[in-house]
Amino acid sequence: MSEIKKFMYVNRRAPYGTIYALESLEVVLIGAAFEQDVSLAFFDDGVFQIAKNQDTKDVGMKNFSPTYKALGDYDVNKIYVEKESLEARGLTLDDLLDLKYEDEDEDWAEKDSIRVVSKKELADLMDEQDVIFSF
Amino acid sequence: MKFSILVNEGPYTHQASDSAYRFTKAALDKGHEIFRVFFYHDGVNNGTRFTVPPQDDRNLQKLWSELSEKHNLDMVVCIAAAQRRGIMDENEAKRQGIDGNNIAPGFRISGLGQLIEAGIQADRLVSFGD
Repeated sequence: MSEIKKFMYVNRRAPYGTIYALESLEVVLIGAAFEQDVSLAFFDDGVFQIAKNQDTKDVGMKNFSPTYKALGDYDVNKIYVEKESLEARGLTLDDLLDLKYEDEDEDWAEKDSIRVVSKKELADLMDEQDVIFSF
Repeated sequence: MKFSILVNEGPYTHQASDSAYRFTKAALDKGHEIFRVFFYHDGVNNGTRFTVPPQDDRNLQKLWSELSEKHNLDMVVCIAAAQRRGIMDENEAKRQGIDGNNIAPGFRISGLGQLIEAGIQADRLVSFGD
């Protein structure tokens, strides 16, 4: 399995209410072991998946959002968030989890994983992919 | 062309499994190769032999099982998703101490790595869901 493909995980749904977000993250974590070129895209209500300060106590579900912080350690460090989706929901970059990774090409300098992109830029990125998982 | 198929919804509530079945069958009839069909999320519910739909309706599980037998189709049910939803094969039932199993013929339970591999090996991965 030497061929490297571009995989994008598309996350469009709110973190709770359905299981898609949690089960998408499970695929990302398993998939990281395959050393492919991986990116994540968050748009529509999917942007809420990586919102800060999630509290699920009152709905009796597990808050799995801390797991996103581990993605950098799995070499999953291209996280695209659609600008228009943030704006439509009154969110800014400050409302999102502080997702970082260490760049091994630059002496392990800590860098931001999240890149806010326009709908058009995201469409172009999706166009470049070999495999898209949309959950 | 070599396809992989991802089915993300269970039978009947959504049309996804019907569409996936028809796509898979049409691709095979045209001489294409199906590397694997992977069942995820509620899609794992396509793999229980305990569904008994009304006799005048289609039986999706049987359709998949027959297609698998005819074409030696690899049909994989995600283990993590299956455990949440009560889809068991004999080994898994024994491991979990459950008093029975319901996996349908032609389906096998395995890990998510099989989905990633399906994406790597196929020319196209086609998803069926909402």
